[in-house]
Amino acid sequence: VNRALLARIVVVFVSLFCAAGFASAQEASTAYAITHAKIFTLAGAPIEDGILVIRDGKIAAVGTNADVPPGAQVIDGKGLQVYPGLFDPVTQIGLSEIAAASATVDSTEAGLFNPDTVAAEAVLPSSEHIPVTRAAGITEVLAVPASGGFDSRGSTNILGGQASAIHLAGWTINDMLIKKSVAMVLDWPEIETRSFDFATFTRKTKPFTEAKQEYDKQVNDLSDWLDNARHYAQAWGHGGPSEYQRDLKLEALVPVVRGELPVLVFATRARDIRNAVEFCDAQKLKMILAGGAEAYKVKELLRSKNIPVVLQPTLTLPRDEDDPYDRSLTQPAELAEAHVKFAFGSFDNSFARRLGQQAANAVGYGLPYDEALKAVTLYPAQIFGLADQIGTLESGKIANVIVTDGDPLELTTDVRYLFIKGQLTSTDNRHKALYEKYLHRPAAK
Amino acid sequence: MNTPMSTPRKLAVFIATFLPALAPGQMRGANAPPGVVSDRAPIILIQNATILTVSHGNIEHGAILIRDGKIAEVGTSIKAPKDAQVIDAGGQFVMPGIIDCHSHIAVDGDVNEGSIAVSSIANIADVLNPDDIDIYRDLAGGVTVANVLHGSANPIGGQTVVIKLRWGQPASKLPFEGALPGIKFALGENPKHSNFGGRGASARYPATRMGVEETIRGAFAEARDYKAGWDVYSKRAGAGEKNLIPPRRDLRLEPLVEVLESKRYVHSHCYREDEILMLLRVAKEFGFKVRTFQHILEGYKVADELAAAGVGASTFSDWWAYKVEAFSAIPYNAALMTRRGVVVSINSDDAEEATHLNQEAAKTMKFGGLSHDEALKLVTLNPAMQLGIDKRVGSIDPGKDADLVLYNHDPLSAYAVVQKTLVDGRVYFDRQRDLAGRASVEKEKKALLEKEKRAAEKKPDAAAPKPADKKPDEKPKPPASAVPGGAL
Repeated sequence: VNRALLARIVVVFVSLFCAAGFASAQEASTAYAITHAKIFTLAGAPIEDGILVIRDGKIAAVGTNADVPPGAQVIDGKGLQVYPGLFDPVTQIGLSEIAAASATVDSTEAGLFNPDTVAAEAVLPSSEHIPVTRAAGITEVLAVPASGGFDSRGSTNILGGQASAIHLAGWTINDMLIKKSVAMVLDWPEIETRSFDFATFTRKTKPFTEAKQEYDKQVNDLSDWLDNARHYAQAWGHGGPSEYQRDLKLEALVPVVRGELPVLVFATRARDIRNAVEFCDAQKLKMILAGGAEAYKVKELLRSKNIPVVLQPTLTLPRDEDDPYDRSLTQPAELAEAHVKFAFGSFDNSFARRLGQQAANAVGYGLPYDEALKAVTLYPAQIFGLADQIGTLESGKIANVIVTDGDPLELTTDVRYLFIKGQLTSTDNRHKALYEKYLHRPAAK
Repeated sequence: MNTPMSTPRKLAVFIATFLPALAPGQMRGANAPPGVVSDRAPIILIQNATILTVSHGNIEHGAILIRDGKIAEVGTSIKAPKDAQVIDAGGQFVMPGIIDCHSHIAVDGDVNEGSIAVSSIANIADVLNPDDIDIYRDLAGGVTVANVLHGSANPIGGQTVVIKLRWGQPASKLPFEGALPGIKFALGENPKHSNFGGRGASARYPATRMGVEETIRGAFAEARDYKAGWDVYSKRAGAGEKNLIPPRRDLRLEPLVEVLESKRYVHSHCYREDEILMLLRVAKEFGFKVRTFQHILEGYKVADELAAAGVGASTFSDWWAYKVEAFSAIPYNAALMTRRGVVVSINSDDAEEATHLNQEAAKTMKFGGLSHDEALKLVTLNPAMQLGIDKRVGSIDPGKDADLVLYNHDPLSAYAVVQKTLVDGRVYFDRQRDLAGRASVEKEKKALLEKEKRAAEKKPDAAAPKPADKKPDEKPKPPASAVPGGAL
């Protein structure tokens, strides 16, 4: 590679990522009080004319007559509404900047089994996606490796690595981390009779029996990995790692086989979901389903096994031609009725800001509004074991809070104030800055 | 392997265009409107609705009388004529049918003839597929008109056609009568094959934005000479000269001559500010007009220049960052261009996105502060103007085609659900009818599967898969980088 070209590439990316320098700025203050607002705690009925007190990063009090601490910055919330910040549980935020520019994409490793890769190790805190997404009222996300997205390389994993829960603000990953490892990504193998050959640029079909063999092999390989992890854990129990040769991949799987770290299983079709459930059951893994286009077909199974779902975007066409046109839109209501716990996810980064829209659209097709709101706040927190820290407005929880001029799921609602870890955090972003700049462009001659 | 769905719209747009259609529909079932093909459109009176006329404000408790497929009367109290079907739309909102200025539905197979840089010989109108289920799905999203475009793999792409979403009618009945045909141009990463090709695939010229400009100029230089040849011939023939040999016909240049003669619209895919001004310079040099810039995600940077040139801008609501040239895309684009006097529309480029263009338009009220009416225009009257069909569609006015959508809420809300969609005064989508028909579709599907199963059991091959297993797997998903001329 010639040096001039390299230099130019560096310049391009420096300007892409740094020049803008839009504040990830959080305003330092120890205490805030939002007064006279309607507060949707999601832990009880909404509070009219309520006060929410934030101190030292946490929610200190919420109610109608909470004490405003001396020195607190008071925000008059008259006419405004207060909610927990929204939570998008499947994104590539921080892992992928420009999907088609592979140099900016770190979402999916090569190879099939990468259990020891961890999203948090590659999250870019100054990603432009973070403030853009935050402006939509989303205060925390999971950065999920191997979760698809518009990955220009199209690589796929079986064990894709560990998802990390992050706040959408912070100077470094240390500031941002909620929990480094919240789930192991498992992209469930499919029986694929049709594929696309990139080398020759042609479609390929193979007989079902052959596709089934490949599928069986992948599932067997996966079983072997888990068995080995169990043996590894056993060996571990008999002595410190110093006495054994370490295997980082197996080590990463130990909490999985012990049922401590859930597997986030990406599966689409009913058959695949059933196979995955059966597998996780037999292996005693704690399963969370991701995607689940046909989860409605196996809702009883999901409910009986207590398996929660991160649902694919509701704004998705039906998979089959003869499906009802609103198949993706009615599924949330159907799952709610069957008492299957689910959260909405964007499965993306640049479309993460549509999270509220995804939830609202399900309401149009029968999902109770309260359920929709919880499915972008409390439920993802519960599903990933973070509900003791986030998801509702209750004292003691991390103060990830939004103050809006209306329903946070509606298209036209503005986020007036946003708190992350109890800090008043800017909603400025690359888009707003470009808007301001060109709004003031003098008339062209 | 199961590729998680994520961003299906983008992925779909990138790949769908290029893969042969899978398993064309055996069943239309619930989606087939019974008896839409009849000789005469019924007389329909819609009553008690909030009417969003788009052209002259909103009418509470309004009524619309439809006769012969046209809007006969709009007002507050219209007496139902004898034989009129009355639709009581109490609590509902009626708006003009949504016009999608950038669509790839109803196309049989690929939308990209990506093998050559100037593919003006190809014509989307020749490959319309009236059985594409996405026609019905988009109707259910309130779309009544679509500008069906060739893909963006080439600086000069194929010819394009405006259709009405007359689901259930043959291909010949889809084109919008009298709408000027178009031709797709494309600038930037797609025609220079930045995100695909490579990897041993043979590179084709152009591979830079310079080459894109040169390709278009070259083609128009040829077209102008070709036109001159025909002009001379016609003049001499017209003067009665005998034994003349006409110029040899060139099917590649003919559509470009039509552009020069203002008989064909140019719809140019573009992203960056520089390439937008580049095409305006080329158009000026050769004396043709660009009718619309498509996507035009950096249009806000050159809005004054667009307004001065009188070109339309058809953009996305909030797509960004999927490729380098989309990294400065902002959701304020439509509002900023509108404020500088550009006629702007919001389009889908994708069958799914088209199902909620009303919602996408609504976002401009938040991003840039457009009014309710201005937002509605982005998906109705403005695209109608851009396609030169605003005398026929785009607003609720007497004399216009009765292309209408009924919603249960204000269509600029994420909670609004389409109840009915009318094209030419006929109800082509009715949510209640659709719901009522679902049981019979399920029954039919079950019966077909049973039949298939029985047939399979008779065969000796024990390894034969169960019918349920034989359902085609999802479309193979090549990486976007491998796709020639994704439509994005």
